[in-house]
Order: sequence, then C-alpha cells, then structure tokens
Amino acid sequence: MLIGLFDGLFNGISIGAVLLIAALGLAIVFGLMGVINLAHGELMMLGAYTTFVVQNAFRQFGEPFFEIYIFFALIAAFFVTAGVGLILERGVIRYLYGRPLETLLATWGVSLILQQFVRSVNWVLVIGLAVFCVLFFGGLWILNHRQNRAFHKWAIAALLPLSLGIAIAVGRFLADTYQLAVTRPWFGAQNVDVSAPTWLRGGLPLGNFQLPYARLFIIALTIVCVAGLYYFLQRSPWGLRIRAVTQNRSMSSCLGIPTQKVDALTFALGSGLAGVAGCAISYLGSVGPNTGQNYIVDTFMVVVVGGVGKLVGTIVAALAIGTVNYLVGSGTLAILFTPIQPLADFFTFFATTSMAKVMVFALIIAFLQVRPGGIFPQKGRTVDA
Amino acid sequence: MSYTRDAIAPDATAVSQDKTLQVSDLNVYYGESHILRNVDLSVPAGQMVCLIGRNGVGKTTLLKSIMGLIRPRSGAIAFDGAVINSKTPDQRAKLGIGYVPQGREIIPRLTVKENLLLGLEARRNSKHSKEIAAEIFELFPVLKTMLSRMGGDLSGGQQQQLAIARALMGQPRLLVLDEPTEGIQPSIILEIEAAVRRIIATTGISVLLVEQHLHFVRQADYYYAMQKGGIVASGSTSELSQDVIQRFLAV
Repeated sequence: MLIGLFDGLFNGISIGAVLLIAALGLAIVFGLMGVINLAHGELMMLGAYTTFVVQNAFRQFGEPFFEIYIFFALIAAFFVTAGVGLILERGVIRYLYGRPLETLLATWGVSLILQQFVRSVNWVLVIGLAVFCVLFFGGLWILNHRQNRAFHKWAIAALLPLSLGIAIAVGRFLADTYQLAVTRPWFGAQNVDVSAPTWLRGGLPLGNFQLPYARLFIIALTIVCVAGLYYFLQRSPWGLRIRAVTQNRSMSSCLGIPTQKVDALTFALGSGLAGVAGCAISYLGSVGPNTGQNYIVDTFMVVVVGGVGKLVGTIVAALAIGTVNYLVGSGTLAILFTPIQPLADFFTFFATTSMAKVMVFALIIAFLQVRPGGIFPQKGRTVDA
Repeated sequence: MSYTRDAIAPDATAVSQDKTLQVSDLNVYYGESHILRNVDLSVPAGQMVCLIGRNGVGKTTLLKSIMGLIRPRSGAIAFDGAVINSKTPDQRAKLGIGYVPQGREIIPRLTVKENLLLGLEARRNSKHSKEIAAEIFELFPVLKTMLSRMGGDLSGGQQQQLAIARALMGQPRLLVLDEPTEGIQPSIILEIEAAVRRIIATTGISVLLVEQHLHFVRQADYYYAMQKGGIVASGSTSELSQDVIQRFLAV
C-alpha cells in the first residue's frame, strides 16, 4: 500500500519534472514577456535533434567519451536553440509585440517551417541557406555602411533575387555534381533514437520496484534548471533588468535599460531552456519532427494553471498535473478506493493514459472557472498595465 | 516614423553649449490631433525651469517627447548641444536625462533597493559600484529603513521620494520632474521641495519641473506657461505676476 503510493508519487513527480522542464522556457517567454510562442515545442524538438547529433559525434570518439556526451549535448542543445530563438525574436517576434493574435499565427507558421526543416534538411539546403545569408545580409551590411544613400532601396530590391538566384544555382550545381551524397536528408521523416549512456540505463532498486536512472536524471536536471533560473532572475543584473522590463516597459527604458536587448535575451533564454528540455525528453522515447507537438499543449496548460508570470505557480502546477495524471492513469486511485465500490468503479473507468488526460483536462477547466488567474494569480496594479 | 524630420531646423545654430536642454519648434501629434504647437523651451545649465499650465495643455506630452517616449513630427530636441531626436529613451537616459514621471512609475514587484539599483543603469562609466551612495539617504532618510520592502507597497509620498532618488542614482545632468507633489500630503511636499533645492545646490544639475504647487513654482529660476499646446508666457519667476498665476495655475 505505502510502496504503491510512493511509487505513484515518484512517477507523478517524474512526469511533473518533464512537464516542468518543458514549461520552464515557456513560463519565461509567455509568462514574463506575454508572447505566445507556438514554436516552443519545435524548439524542444531541435534540442532533441541536437542531442542526437552530439551523441553520434561522440560515438566516433569511442567508449569513455560516449559516457559523458550528455553534458556536452545539454550545453549544445541550450546554445543551438537559444540561437534559433534569438533569430526568431529578432526576425519575427519583435515586430509583433503587443499583438498576440499575429504572434500566435506567426509562431505557428514558424513551428511548421521548423518541422519540415528537420525532415528535409540536407547539405544542399544548408549550403544554399548559408550562401543566401552571406550574400543577402552581407550585402545589406555593406549597403548600410556606405555613405552614398542613392539607389539604396533599389539596391536592396536587386539584392534579394540576386542572392536567392545564386543560392539556388549553387544548390542545383551541388546536387547535380555530388548526387545522393548531398541530397540525402540528414534525419528524414522517420523518428531517430537517442541512446542513453550506460550509467543512465537501469534503475535504483528500491524494495520490489526500481527508480529508473533516466527519470532520476531528469528530476535532477529540472531542479538544476529551476535553481539556475531562479538565481539568474533574482540575483544577476540581467535578471533584474528582465524583471523590471516585464513590469514596466516604458519606465524601464527611461531608466536607461536597453529594452530591445532585454527582450532578445529573455527570448533566447526561454528558447535555450526549451533546448535543455528537448535533450531531456530524448531519453523518454524516440525523437521525430512531431515530437514538439506532443508537448506544446501540456506546457501551455502548466503555465496557465500555475498563473501567468509566476515561476512558483509553474512549478506547483507541473508537479500537481503530473501527479494527478499518473495517480489516475495508473489506477492507483482505483485501488486506493477499493473499499468504496462506486468510487473505485469511477476511477477504474479513467485508469488509462488517454482517459486520465480527459479527467485532468476536465479538472483544469473546472479549476480555471473558480480561479481564472491560476494557482498564483498576479495581484495589484501590474495586472492592468 | 518616416514623418520624423531628423534634420535640424534652420535656426538650430542657436543651440549652444550653455543650454543643457533646448527644444525648438516642436510639433507633436497623437494620431491626427495636434498636441504640441511650435514649442520652444530651453533649460540653462545649473538652473531650475518650471513649466506651468492647467490640466491637459500638453505639459506631460512635452516631457515625454523630451524623454523619447513620443516621437515628434517636427522640430528639434537638443541636449548639451547635440540633437537627440533619433535616440531611444534608454539612450537619452544614458546621456544624462533623469526622468521622474507623473504617477512615479515605481516598479511595483521589485524591492526599494532593486528600484534604486535600476537607477544605476543610466550611468555610463561606473560598472563596478553596486552600492547606494550615502547622499541618497541624506536626502531621503525614509528610504533607508525600507530597502527590502516592495516598491509597490510604499505610500505615494515615499514612492515619489524613491522615484527622485532612483533618477539621481544615474547621476543625471538634467532632472525632469513631472508633478512631483501631485496627490501628496503637505508635509512630504515640503520635504521633496527641500530635497530638490538641495540637489541643485550640491550637484549643480539642471532641473525641468512641471508643477501646480505655487510654493514650489517660486523655487524655480525661470518659468514657461503653456496653454493649448503652445508656450504663451515665460519669464523669471521673480516676476511671476498674480495675473499669470490666476491664468495658468489651477489653484
């Protein structure tokens, strides 16, 4: 009985940890900046693919190095997704601040682009993109640093098709010359598998069940991420700037805080955390282009239930949803209520993964009727601003 | 922003070094409604200039334009002889304009200490100092006892003192104060007045003040009176006549 409850609690917390680490980045981007980033799941997916790439690279180094690849994968996943997030913010989202509907559509579009990108990415695509970026943005840079502003707009208009044409031509040439070596997709549409290093396989035996090391690792990683994020926001100068801009953008800029830099940094940080989450979920199952979509709804749910703009709320909500989900889904509650027959029947009905989700959603809807602001709603004057 | 004329008005040669701030021929619109009409105003170095006028004549709009929160359609704003029209608010703060807005705008969920430390953002050189200078607490002793309180929990008067202290943390060369005594109990008004006077005496910075309170207005060296978005009268405050007071101060 006690063991069963402990088992349920552990599994619930480990599901909650996955939810939390996935929602952490979103809590920053959505909670602090108010940007609805539907591409968050795809950023996680990119993090998972980065892990896959790093793993393959380390496999070539041989056994002792392969054991520690995971730490390099975490760092690489963080910086790759932070970089993608930075490009996304600078290129798309900063033009849409204060317009949630447009942001929603634009980031959804970005998520579709990213999904297709990992399906069809190959050398031709990468080299073509690189050539285009060098030509177009290099050309723009030169144009902007020229003194003579005559024909400026015309030059840009000519630059775009020119660099696009050259990039496509280079791609075609490469594809014709090297054939399959460069046109074969890197990952393809199939799922790929990330294999954990040997020390993450197996589990810690405890009585007649065991705690899988992979889950323990994710819990530890989540704790480290939460602590690191908390420390960064509360103690570092940039954290102070982020909190100030979140609460009063115009006054913060009047105080001399470069708000655009703060926005970019906040978004990059949230995206980087998505990458770390992607690295973590790659140990829970195989990784595919659609991996991110499985998580995006759950993560938004966690942030909304927790209360927008509150990290504590996100933590509590993730753990609560994870635990309830497992306790209902695994049938632990059904066993617990065996003495009371109708209740036991009721919980047995919901004791499958998908039905547990139905129940969790129903509970969340009911909960949000009572407390629309979430567990820890924002109070005071900040709400209306 | 294509309508922002960054080019300097022809008479901008009048921009000189001894004027900390010079606003020339400024026109500001909200959408299509014309708010500021050909406003000329200057703040000489080390002096206190007061802007008076009834509610809704554009005083706050003028200050916001100076701070860069609103883009003027035409005209020039020069700080220390350099036109700053194209600068963003954070760049202007770093140039040395300290802004104390109407309604204080204390960051509510940050502690008083954190609010004060935010004032350091406007400094360009001293990256190392993370301490709050003793002068701040000499000016506003009440803040010293409240460092760990949330900014939003302070009373109006305390918030006002905090807002001025925060602006001073950046060591500005021009302090822009928007109705610092609005909605504050009389004893605190006197404290704030004394503090502003002391700031000018000890640091020699220039002050641009929007004020309704006659006693405070009289502390200034020079006044400008606004009506319907334009400057309609100006002069030394020692010559501030009863007639002007009657017409432009909402007493």
